[in-house]
Amino acid sequence: MATAGNKTIIEIRNLHKYFGDVQALRGVDLNVERGKVVVIVGPSGSGKSTLLRCINHLEVETAGEVWVDGKRLSEKNKDINSIRAEIGMVFQLFNLFPHLTVLDNIVLAQRVVRGRKKDEAVRIAHEQLERVGISEKAENFPNQLSGGQQQRVAIARALAMNPKIMLFDEPTSALDPEMIKEVLDVMLALAKEGMTMVCVTHEMGFARAAADELIFMDDGLIIEAGPPAEIFKNPKHERTKLFLSQILSH
Amino acid sequence: MTHSTGIEPTLPDSRTSAPRSKTLQERIDEFPWWVGGIFIIAIGAFHLVTTQTSFGEALNFIRIGIGITITTTLYAYSIALVIGLVAGLGRISRNVVVRNLATLYVELIRGIPILVLIFYIALVAVPDSLGIFKTAGAWLTSVGLGFIGQPLAAIDNDSISLNVRAIIALSVTYGAFLAEIFRAGIQSIGKGQMEAARSLGMSYGQAMRYVILPQAIRNVLPALGNDFVAMVKDSSLVSVLAVRDITQVARLYAGRTFRFREAYTILAILYLGMTLILSILVRVLERRLHGDSRK
Ligand SMILES: Nc1ncnc2c1ncn2[C@@H]1O[C@H](COP(=O)(O)OP(=O)(O)OP(=O)(O)O)[C@@H](O)[C@H]1O
Ligand SMILES: [Mg+2]
Repeated sequence: MATAGNKTIIEIRNLHKYFGDVQALRGVDLNVERGKVVVIVGPSGSGKSTLLRCINHLEVETAGEVWVDGKRLSEKNKDINSIRAEIGMVFQLFNLFPHLTVLDNIVLAQRVVRGRKKDEAVRIAHEQLERVGISEKAENFPNQLSGGQQQRVAIARALAMNPKIMLFDEPTSALDPEMIKEVLDVMLALAKEGMTMVCVTHEMGFARAAADELIFMDDGLIIEAGPPAEIFKNPKHERTKLFLSQILSH
Repeated sequence: MTHSTGIEPTLPDSRTSAPRSKTLQERIDEFPWWVGGIFIIAIGAFHLVTTQTSFGEALNFIRIGIGITITTTLYAYSIALVIGLVAGLGRISRNVVVRNLATLYVELIRGIPILVLIFYIALVAVPDSLGIFKTAGAWLTSVGLGFIGQPLAAIDNDSISLNVRAIIALSVTYGAFLAEIFRAGIQSIGKGQMEAARSLGMSYGQAMRYVILPQAIRNVLPALGNDFVAMVKDSSLVSVLAVRDITQVARLYAGRTFRFREAYTILAILYLGMTLILSILVRVLERRLHGDSRK
């Protein structure tokens, strides 16, 4: 079942999520295979963030099932911390720890969650900083960095845990236009290296270049999914058409 | 670059405009004239105790209590910090029982005057708890667990001095105040911080310890400092338990010599001295934490 073939790494079945009376998700099914890049788009309030946050249980589903790497996420799952350690998440507002240096931001979870020795954690942190191209900022505090740099640190922080999956929730939408590219470049490189990624983003250039699948959500449902080139060329639903014409036009 | 202060780096402050020289009127308005008043009081006090032997004698007598005032406050405040942290965390716990117990504690304490609490905790709650220990000890002994039971049963009402009871009473009282400070501090940290920590696989406790509390505590340090100053003053209430703090010693002195003016003038000045010094320390701390962006 959930482990059916080792290919599938995320499996979501009939996912429903209510916030009080608000129905944010109304029956979402999704399969993500290892090494694939999925981009989720859709109008504001359509449930993109909620879906993403259900994948690492920052939101608990009201009904339905979420399986990650063969493990079912559920309220009673005592294992949730170790499952989360395998899933990196990058937030719109970076959420770096402001009281820690860039280096310590990346070291902290490696030590307390992964139990790595200090030397090892520091070495890995430096490697990851190099990977995202800001090794010179290791000793700075987050508020001394630009938005683009902070977001790259956030990515490095997630990568240092050696996650199997990376989730991105509008990673560039809080950035000044001139900084968007530096973050997208890091994400593109990551996609090329074969990382499994689920990204909520309206950067269609990224979707075109990196996504294996583009998912269009509206009103708590996935209403269209497929290879980005196909959907761009030939959207089936009126709402997809309308939405794409809006975001592609500006 | 590294920050040797260990305290938050001051923000590169691009917002503050270039310092504009102030007008005379502004200087007059902003000058802390009240400090001059304090200065005059200090000189007056010094003059009194050096020139008038009755004031000098009163000071000599009353200052015996300074040690008790300071140690009582320090012990009580340290314990209150622990109680406050635990109760503050309890106030925001997702566990219904824990959360309601913590809230009950805070609300009970805040609804009762400190003086009444001190009487109640020291003279009712502590003896009652001792009674419970004693009964439990007797019972344990009777079922053959004498090695735990006998020491418990031997506890009697005098085994906890009034000084210690005063400390317990003050800590339990201030624990509730500090709990609210900690709670507010934790809630002032955006929920993105908890989410980021949890998304990295940290447990709730790890996230609290390494991510939330360090930031929250830094935010509430000034408030904690203010409550420390407040506790120095409230420690005078333990004199009702005949604990020989400066207030009690002053009362004894006044009662014995009928020199009320001397005794209470000296007493007031001693408190003023302690609280002023502490307030200044708190302000310095606050400045260091927030850079110079505040006035
Ligand atoms: N914590 C919450 N409490 C109450 N309602 C929520 C909460 N989070 C999301 N919602 C609601 O759920 C619905 C879906 O929200 P979600 O954030 O998933 O949308 P989104 O597609 O990410 O939108 P956006 O593009 O604006 O980020 C919205 O109606 C939103 O108001
Ligand atoms: Mg969103």
